[in-house]
Amino acid sequence: MAIQNSGKTLVKGARATQSTIFLKILMAASGVVFIGFTLLHMYGNLKAFGGHDKFNEYAHHLRILGEPMLPHEGALWIIRAVLLLSLVVHVYAAAKLWRRAKNARTVKYEVKKHTGAIFASRLMRWGGVTLLLFIIWHLLNFTIGKVNVDGGPTNDPYNLLVDTFDTWWLTLIYLAAMAMLGAHLHHGIWSATQTLGLTGSERTRVLAKRSAFTLAVVIAGGFSLVPLAVLTGIIEK
Amino acid sequence: MTDMPDTTLTSDPSHDAPLPVDTDDAADYYTPGAPIADTKAPQGSIDQRWQTRKFEARLVNPANRRKLDVIIVGTGLAGASAAATMGEAGYNVKSFCYQDSPRRAHSIAAQGGINAAKNYKEDGDSVHRLFYDTVKGGDYRSRESNVYRLAEVSTNIIDQCVAQGVPFAREYGGLLDNRSFGGVQVSRTFYARGQTGQQLLIGAYQALERQVAAGTVATFTRHEMLEVIVVDGKARGIIARDMVTGEIETHLADVVVLASGGYGNVFYLSTNAMGCNVTAAWRAHRKGAYMANPCYTQIHPTCIPVSGSHQSKLTLMSESLRNDGRIWVPKKKADCGKDPREIPEEDRDYYLERIYPSFGNLVPRDIASRAAKNVCDEGRGVGPEVDGVRRGVYLDFRDAIARLGKDGVEEKYDNLLDMYERITGENPYEVPMRIYPAVHYVMGGLWVDYDLQSSIPGLFVTGEANFSDHGANRLGASALMQGLADGYFVLPHTIRDYLADGPFEKVDEAHPAVVEARTSVTDRIEHFLTVNGTRSVDSYHRELGHIMWEYCGMERTEDGLKKAIDLIRTLKDDFNRNLKVLGTADSLNQSLEKAGRVADFIELGELMCIDALNRRESCGGHFRAESQTEDGEALRHDDQYAYVAAWEFAGDGEKPVLHKEDLVYTAIEMKQRSYK
Amino acid sequence: MKLTLKIWRQTDANDAGGMHTYDVDDVSADMSFLEMLDVLNEQLNAKGEEPIAFDSDCREGICGMCGLMINGEAHGPVTTTTCQLHMRSFTDGETITIEPWRSDAFPVLKDLVVDRGAFDRIIQQGGFISVNTGSAPEAHAVPVPRDDAMRAFNVATCIGCGACVAACPNGSASLFMGAKITHLGELPQGQPERDSRVVNMVAQHDHEGFGGCTNIGECTAACPKEIPLDVISQLNKDLRTAMKHGH
Ligand SMILES: Cc1cc2nc3c(=O)[nH]c(=O)nc-3n(C[C@H](O)[C@H](O)[C@H](O)COP(=O)(O)OP(=O)(O)OC[C@H]3O[C@@H](n4cnc5c(N)ncnc54)[C@H](O)[C@@H]3O)c2cc1C
Ligand code: HEM
Ligand code: HEM
Ligand code: SF4
Ligand code: F3S
Ligand code: FES
Repeated sequence: MAIQNSGKTLVKGARATQSTIFLKILMAASGVVFIGFTLLHMYGNLKAFGGHDKFNEYAHHLRILGEPMLPHEGALWIIRAVLLLSLVVHVYAAAKLWRRAKNARTVKYEVKKHTGAIFASRLMRWGGVTLLLFIIWHLLNFTIGKVNVDGGPTNDPYNLLVDTFDTWWLTLIYLAAMAMLGAHLHHGIWSATQTLGLTGSERTRVLAKRSAFTLAVVIAGGFSLVPLAVLTGIIEK
Repeated sequence: MTDMPDTTLTSDPSHDAPLPVDTDDAADYYTPGAPIADTKAPQGSIDQRWQTRKFEARLVNPANRRKLDVIIVGTGLAGASAAATMGEAGYNVKSFCYQDSPRRAHSIAAQGGINAAKNYKEDGDSVHRLFYDTVKGGDYRSRESNVYRLAEVSTNIIDQCVAQGVPFAREYGGLLDNRSFGGVQVSRTFYARGQTGQQLLIGAYQALERQVAAGTVATFTRHEMLEVIVVDGKARGIIARDMVTGEIETHLADVVVLASGGYGNVFYLSTNAMGCNVTAAWRAHRKGAYMANPCYTQIHPTCIPVSGSHQSKLTLMSESLRNDGRIWVPKKKADCGKDPREIPEEDRDYYLERIYPSFGNLVPRDIASRAAKNVCDEGRGVGPEVDGVRRGVYLDFRDAIARLGKDGVEEKYDNLLDMYERITGENPYEVPMRIYPAVHYVMGGLWVDYDLQSSIPGLFVTGEANFSDHGANRLGASALMQGLADGYFVLPHTIRDYLADGPFEKVDEAHPAVVEARTSVTDRIEHFLTVNGTRSVDSYHRELGHIMWEYCGMERTEDGLKKAIDLIRTLKDDFNRNLKVLGTADSLNQSLEKAGRVADFIELGELMCIDALNRRESCGGHFRAESQTEDGEALRHDDQYAYVAAWEFAGDGEKPVLHKEDLVYTAIEMKQRSYK
Repeated sequence: MKLTLKIWRQTDANDAGGMHTYDVDDVSADMSFLEMLDVLNEQLNAKGEEPIAFDSDCREGICGMCGLMINGEAHGPVTTTTCQLHMRSFTDGETITIEPWRSDAFPVLKDLVVDRGAFDRIIQQGGFISVNTGSAPEAHAVPVPRDDAMRAFNVATCIGCGACVAACPNGSASLFMGAKITHLGELPQGQPERDSRVVNMVAQHDHEGFGGCTNIGECTAACPKEIPLDVISQLNKDLRTAMKHGH
């Protein structure tokens, strides 16, 4: 006898923290951390336009931030810890939601149009993976490994930077990554406001979408200025 | 409550005996039966009857309710509200519908609103006035005690729905808004833009689903009831087909409620949903439930005209449009093909305003519909010619736009005008809309007493499926009221009197009556699948609809009806020999579903014609050309026809038996209706 | 006009199914999309081929029963239901691809017919206001600000058709759920159960196997009732609030 409960019974004792929406809130929270970080980081990078000393001073300042309350590099490590935790959370939640979405439609459409979606929204997942790869490379490049493809010195942040972007293909990688970052943030920032429930009206929704676009352009664009400037010789050693 | 005189006007009792043959056109088609009467309504003052009945109806101990199985067929306003309420009370309810979700029952389509005697506008409304308007609107062919009760509980409905979160339209102060609706002069209609039925049904549906979660109601969606099980004279269950697997299921219970809606689809084209059918009611009829006044059909004046032969259904444009739109046709036939915007004011005939100056465009539906038919028959219709006649009249918002502004009109009627544009491809803000009457509602249905119990004990009937409250014509916004009144406030009380004797002795699935019901269902399905003829079900349905519309539609004549009966009989014969249904019985098979429904419609159609033939008077939606005043208005014959015609099924090929229930009015005086 | 139709056919839930190609002629621009399919079905029936199963009931855009994926768009190219889509939206000679809603939470029962019972079960988990018949206070006891009532109404127009799920790349039912949460949450009557409602409905949504929303917005573009994305924001917010309240 086919009662409509086709094997799916009602959930008992539901908890908000076990829901997909909670995963989303985690993503948004970690995403907000990323937004904040990239904004600051981008701003810091622009110091490169100030020349060798200004930039290195900034890099140094980062390390002595909070002293003497915190030990040397204390603040930096706190930032690193928060970032790492956010990344783990962000990726974990993204992976879980990705799997759910895959399972939610195992038979694909023959034809599917994407009406009403911006392209960036469909790039989030693979875009995120690209960003992750980028970050790994980036850290190897600038922080952990300090790789200088020019074979030059690696202990001078400014010089490392300029050497890196003097190499056209490295610049290209970075610019591509920044495009991806821009796309990720374009949808991500709007998405975070929606997930956090801040867009409960048409007005706020439009505002959030516009701000997301602006912020994404500012961040990705801001980041891109330095490599471009190096490549075009505006920034030099 | 003394605004109406308390006069009794009984009609000529001589009609208990069969009428002389020369006045009874249908004499050859039926067998006269014994008169019947409603024995459940208490005597006494009309405003005390419901209180008395509620008090007298026996109670069922809460501990016993769990043991009582209630089957409710239908999840429209009438069924969902009853299932929810019975579930809340603790009965063990099974709820059936043919759609994939209870929320899709046809009540969802109601647009205009729901009446209630709240008198929030302080415009002279009262329970008594709603009662009076409904009886008068029904052309004095309804049972007064039922109607009074309807008016009485109407106010509770609004309270209940608001508490459920039904988002009725509100005024700036946050209180509920009302509007006036076809045929009455007070504002008592509550509405939720043009989607009142949807909002009310969602409210009832949610209440129902709440009970599903609570475990008191089990829903059986995509299940079609195909037979009633009657054991020892009592309804004890149903046979239903799981429309996905094709499995034929037996569901036994202590009581069965049919809330299966109306049968307007007998006309093929109607404003009803594709799946609306008479099967549940007709199967019950064949098992002994009387069918009352089957010929009373309501033809709604404001529908989008037919555009071609492929058409599968007609779309209603809410009657509320008549509040602001003005109806007209050209005065000269020569103008009918012209662009309406080029026809000057003096060449337009606002015929409703002309003929009915006091009600104008707001005359009741039957009157507005017939007037439209008349002007089209005169050759003054507009729109494309279908079969050589233009069947359409203008519904013009030009003046309303001038008065309220385009925005004002948009706010009031937005979704309706959009819908019109989508269907016709014409913009109603620029070109007047074209409308034409279409079958919309049936006042006829299974006969029930004051308790809503049919002539089969244990079989209750609610909502549009019963005949009870609207007489020969239903007023706008009253069907929703009736459905919810029946389901929330009436049935749960009256049914307990019956259930107080239960739980009844368990019926075994091997009981001969159960086996017989099952076999009749499987045999029928087997038959449909093995005729192997050449014609599709739809083609039969379309042909039946054509016959019904032509001869049993807005105007009926003796000759036409007799001809229709012959045509239907021939059609039935052909259907049985030449039908083609592909597919199998044990799978989702939409042609098979339709075959069963059309087979029942064919039988019903014949009975409708016989009923119409018998009633040689014009009343409400039933217009017999032989019975009209000099200026073409409907003429009732209270001396001969102030009765409910309750038809008993006598067997295949046998003449139906006519039982008459006298209509006795104690609280209202019977008058010829006039809207001039 | 003449059309080529590529239609998904599947005999029952267990069948693998596949696309089939049919030609129809004599299609007029005034026909609705479903009437066009009726015509095709008449032709198939005459040829002895079983007609294509598809759902519809009211055919006026309100019951939510119909719903087809037409050329990759839920309910086709116009913002309306499949039954209210008319052939004037297509051109002579066009090839139209017709598929059922694709969602593992909406299993295909046959051809283009799917089972949307999951929606009912989500409603069972709290998509209501608990008020027994007869226990309601006088309707005017609680005034509701007109704007709140309007917003509640606007989102209560959801017809439960499932186009949002069908269109969503994640197969999420967030728009449907958000519409109900917002409808009831906007009204004073809906407040007492507000927290438990959202938590339970979301839990059932997840349990049914719908995907999580990543705010893509294809749902609202496909929604015949134009339910706005605000409702998903509201849904998220209500869940967050419920979490704060310890649910
Ligand atoms: C377009 C339109 C607009 C209307 N507007 C208004 C209005 O503004 N105001 C007003 O008062 N009235 C209006 N009406 C009339 C009103 O909507 C209906 O009369 C009323 O809703 C009927 O309700 P119901 O519960 O009796 O039946 P329905 O809502 O028709 O429900 C019938 C139920 O029975 C089930 N069912 C039927 N047969 C079977 C079977 N064999 N097996 C299993 N289940 C079965 C169906 O699945 C369904 O759940 C309108 C009607 C139409 C068509
Ligand atoms: C493996 C790495 C990553 C993956 C798979 C990934 C994936 C995603 C996905 C699927 C979303 C959800 C989009 C949505 O909700 O619509 C998202 C959101 C977001 N991501 Fe990432 N991302 C990754 C890394 C990053 C990085 C490195 C940043 C920052 C620089 C970032 C910033 C954001 C932001 C701000 C959001 C918005 C939060 C939200 O949607 O609620 N992501 N990401
Ligand atoms: C063109 C773009 C970028 C440039 C030029 C750039 C440059 C740099 C430089 C020079 C450093 C080293 C700073 C130091 O060690 O003092 C650094 C560190 C870092 N960058 Fe970037 N960066 C870019 C984009 C990004 C992006 C998009 C992200 C993340 C989404 C990112 C994340 C980091 C992190 C996590 C560190 C390590 C900080 C630390 O732990 O010390 N960077 N970047
Ligand atoms: S939200 Fe829109 S698309 Fe989704 S079920 Fe409701 S009406 Fe359909
Ligand atoms: S398309 Fe899907 S991802 Fe969310 S915004 Fe709509 S449910
Ligand atoms: S058939 Fe009812 S919405 Fe399309």
